[in-house]
Amino acid sequence: MGRTIVEKIFDRHRIDTPGGDMHVIRLDVVACHEITTPIAINDLVARGKDRVFDPDRIKAVIDHVTPAKDSKTATQGKILRDWARRHNIRDFFDIGHNGVCHALFPEKGFIRPGYTAIMGDSHTCTYGAFGAFAAGVGTTDLEVGILKGVCAFRTPETLRIDIAGDLAPGVYAKDVILSVIARIGVNGATNKVIEFGGPVVAAMSMEERMTLCNMAIEAGGTCGICAPDAITVDYLWEFIQNDYPDKAAARAAFAEYGPDNDAHYADVIHHDVSGLEPLTTFGHKPDQVKPVREMTHQKVDQVYIGSCTNGRIEDLRVAAAVLKERTIAPAVRGIVSPATPKIYRQALQEGLIEIFMRAGFCVTNPTCGACLGMSNGVLAEGEVCAATTNRNFNGRMGIGGMVHLVSPATAAASAIAGHLAPSNRQPEQGA
Amino acid sequence: MKTFSGNVLFLDRSDINTDEIIPAKYLTEITKKALGPHLLEDLCLEGFTPGKSTRDKQVVVSRSNFGCGSSREHAPWAFEVNGIHVVIAESFARIFRQNMFNGGMLAVELLPDTIADLFNRFAGRRTRLETDFARSIFTFTADDEVLTVPFELSDFDRALVEAGGWVEYADANY
Repeated sequence: MGRTIVEKIFDRHRIDTPGGDMHVIRLDVVACHEITTPIAINDLVARGKDRVFDPDRIKAVIDHVTPAKDSKTATQGKILRDWARRHNIRDFFDIGHNGVCHALFPEKGFIRPGYTAIMGDSHTCTYGAFGAFAAGVGTTDLEVGILKGVCAFRTPETLRIDIAGDLAPGVYAKDVILSVIARIGVNGATNKVIEFGGPVVAAMSMEERMTLCNMAIEAGGTCGICAPDAITVDYLWEFIQNDYPDKAAARAAFAEYGPDNDAHYADVIHHDVSGLEPLTTFGHKPDQVKPVREMTHQKVDQVYIGSCTNGRIEDLRVAAAVLKERTIAPAVRGIVSPATPKIYRQALQEGLIEIFMRAGFCVTNPTCGACLGMSNGVLAEGEVCAATTNRNFNGRMGIGGMVHLVSPATAAASAIAGHLAPSNRQPEQGA
Repeated sequence: MKTFSGNVLFLDRSDINTDEIIPAKYLTEITKKALGPHLLEDLCLEGFTPGKSTRDKQVVVSRSNFGCGSSREHAPWAFEVNGIHVVIAESFARIFRQNMFNGGMLAVELLPDTIADLFNRFAGRRTRLETDFARSIFTFTADDEVLTVPFELSDFDRALVEAGGWVEYADANY
């Protein structure tokens, strides 16, 4: 019988089936940040097991609160930093080189088709954009990953979502994934991998696929996953050019991680995005979604552009195109956080930072900060934020605050209008 | 092995998420104990008062998709340091469920009808759960009302609970 992408990856990585429908798989990447890893490190030390399975397959970054905002976050950073040094973890990224993990690690070429990866972070599912199996895990799973390079998962059923149709101008990958979550619900993919396919996904850039896969967890999915193709090869080429004679050879090798025609799916959903409008969430669950058009009465106090969902260069280009030669409403606080130093520098060189600053935005260093209400843009009670992030949970960006999840274009247009507003401007070139 | 019997807290809502169980601002804590006072601090639910409703409770019964959202193991830890080692629900988010067993605790799924029955007969009453781990039987009691419910655990989940969690299991086996 044919296999789905994740079944192929599991077959190549399985080392044990300990019962209870569980598969213990080998890990190619164990990624770590300073929020969930320090407790794992302290626990390993306390157990007398302060070891790492392979320093080269562990990647670490200080990203959630950086620079440290207080003694506690400084201590978290220090625990991770000291640990990375004592175990010779070369791929450790600190101040000056650090960025939002799920933007930084793919940008460094660490995630490849067919790989397995875990991280103590639910948005690890982002990496599935590369045809990898990547899952967020808790601290104990992370500990075992660090120690042994393995992790246990239930048999991953696959939910196939074929996305077809013509995306209207001003409608982006963020709107597509919000429409998917609205359709299947916050529980719609629990214990399942979402395999995204169809012509719309095939035409998406790697950055757009990352936006798509990033929010698989908001439907409960273990991982989002896209079949690797020529676009994947182009993105990774600078990292893999010594491994393959040419791009065609790389593409042929990666084709192994495409789904078989007769693969068995738990369900197949045909999702037509023709006629889709810019969307926003309106409640405290990511499946509460409406057209922005119906929400223009909603004033915003803050607009946040950034995060592992939409803080990449294409997102900043889209937002800057909307903001160019305009200023944001006086009552709005605009915050943009390029997700990595490379993106920041690129935005500087392309003149995007200038556009944001002229419009009245504050530009912060790369960090997760505001998205989860930890730093750099926490909301006060009763305040409303249009954000390009991934979660609108009650209290997410600050107690009593309301978050509306939107695309970078909608965020920028809302900043100008002072209320939720769809953009009527698109970038001159496709982005 | 941990203890799995005690007084029951009923949380009558689906999709209770990890930000409600323990808000992100407490993720800067580096000890489990510091999470204790903040359990379910942001949960807005009729009849539920953070800090008060969880007092002297050792068991949580809730609806579907319990623990959705973040991967933070701080969520099960916040229960653990408050002496709550069992969550019973219609269904769980994958990571939360795994985190419970990885820490040697129980996240047990019961059929929707059974959960509905539990809420109908016991919610709002002082209810106690006795767990017979070896025989996989829950017994709920309130006044003279008694309900016995068998539950299922896989061999692996059982092994994790008996080993005291996944770190010891994995280091011994792989």
